[in-house]
Amino acid sequence: MATQVQTPIAPLAANTAAARRQAEERRRRYRIWLARAGLLVFIVGFWQFAAGRLVSDFFIGKPSEIAETLWLWAVSGKLFFHGGITAIEALLGFLLGSAIGMLIGIVLGRSELLAEILDPFIMMFYSLPKVALAPMFILWFGIGIDMKIYLTATIVFFLVFLNTYAGVRAVSREQIAILRLMGANEGHILRKVVIPSAITWVFNGLRLSVPYALIGAIVGELIASNKGLGYLLADASGQFDTSAMFAALISIMILALMLNFAVRWFERFAMPWKAAETRREMSI
Amino acid sequence: MSGNAQLAAVDRDADQPPAPTSAAPVLIGYERVGKTFETAQGDVVAVHDVNLEVRRGDFVTLVGPSGCGKSTLLNMAAGLFAPTEGTVHYGGALVAPYNQRVGYMTQNDHLLPWRDVLGNVMIPLEIRGEPRRAAEERVHELLEQVGLRGFEHAYPTQLSGGMRKRCALARLLAYDPEALLMDEPFGALDAQLRLKMQIEILRLARELKKTVVFVTHDLDEAVSLADRTAVFSARPGTIVRVVDVPLGRERDLLSLRRDSVYRDLTAELWDLLSPNVNDAEG
Repeated sequence: MATQVQTPIAPLAANTAAARRQAEERRRRYRIWLARAGLLVFIVGFWQFAAGRLVSDFFIGKPSEIAETLWLWAVSGKLFFHGGITAIEALLGFLLGSAIGMLIGIVLGRSELLAEILDPFIMMFYSLPKVALAPMFILWFGIGIDMKIYLTATIVFFLVFLNTYAGVRAVSREQIAILRLMGANEGHILRKVVIPSAITWVFNGLRLSVPYALIGAIVGELIASNKGLGYLLADASGQFDTSAMFAALISIMILALMLNFAVRWFERFAMPWKAAETRREMSI
Repeated sequence: MSGNAQLAAVDRDADQPPAPTSAAPVLIGYERVGKTFETAQGDVVAVHDVNLEVRRGDFVTLVGPSGCGKSTLLNMAAGLFAPTEGTVHYGGALVAPYNQRVGYMTQNDHLLPWRDVLGNVMIPLEIRGEPRRAAEERVHELLEQVGLRGFEHAYPTQLSGGMRKRCALARLLAYDPEALLMDEPFGALDAQLRLKMQIEILRLARELKKTVVFVTHDLDEAVSLADRTAVFSARPGTIVRVVDVPLGRERDLLSLRRDSVYRDLTAELWDLLSPNVNDAEG
């Protein structure tokens, strides 16, 4: 009889324990967000107080003026026009660079001989700071949007290429042997093992590339442009308008966050098994 | 060495009716096989002078201390590399790279972490280009057979050790190789689960009439599964003795521990292996 009573109670107890844990976790997250919001309000408040009183607002701007500038840019559509230009440059450069990076990474990862021949050339290019190529790119492609796309693509290429290459090289040889025994040809090996197994590395490269993609776009705009967030920044700087410079920086930050979020979302979509891994309870 | 008396006892056991398959044709033949690996520390002789015949339908276990080259023999039968000396034949011909008539299962199950159970078992059928619907039906059947029904859409990381083995086993059976090469497949499992998987593999091997070469360092496992077991010396590994295991094909693994033939045989083989204990590597 005792067992009959116990069976329904056990899962119930487990349920309430789980519910309690969940509620605790929620409270913890809530407190963290509260602390973050408090910190932000404090910093912005202190900034607002200090501007013009402790430090000249010529140097540090003023949060209220920054907000005003952002608002004006938003209602006039300026923000979305320039933000859109930068986003397109960064995105297209990102796609172009990562596509070529993945392709070459896979080819060299699978061909040891080719990789060995090309190694010194690749490393030479890799060690060159890519923004130093900007003047050359202006000469080749002009000062239009395409020059920024190519600059971005060059920067992104190396990060994605190196990660893809490492990923392809890290594929388990036993895994490949086992598929060979099942009758797999090179195409099967590539599609069923190499690419999916390298994809974690590829995403590593992609995630690293997001801020660099923006570097390409913004630096391109700073050097030569009449549109884009980098242009807004350079323009504000030329007019000694510190608040507008901060407004441009904040816009760039928001764009970076959006790109980061997009890559993370795509990562979860492309690697559902990773989500299953994190859902599993940790054990050693 | 006090081994002689025991060897005689083994021979007496061998006088009992041999396994019914012993008249079947030879499927895998090792003839004076040696394999030397070149390493940074110099050449390492993994196995030398191995002679062994595995007949069709036989369940042969290779038992010996770790690092005695048992896995090397499996690798050569699968055609992953060639022997340095001697020959390895499969089905009457020399083994060529990637012997696709064998299925391989190792201690590490090598499931693809980005595919769920269904997807993992599908792989060999996809490679063979079977139509998706038929392949899926076959996979469901196999999952039923290995007791993984209801876990079709679980990823390997969500499975327990035993379930991963079952999944790897289903994948192995999916392409229906005539011989199974198993390299300590249940090494990482606990005792109960291990016994369960042993019963399973024995049942499946009989049912599907597979030839099995099963590598283990566990003497009990080697004897309880085998029609014949080959005992290896430490590296450089060679076969010290091949013993018929007269336990019958319909043996009950659960009650084997009380079987006197089983007890005597494991005791004999233990003595055969024990001179190696002293110079075993840490």
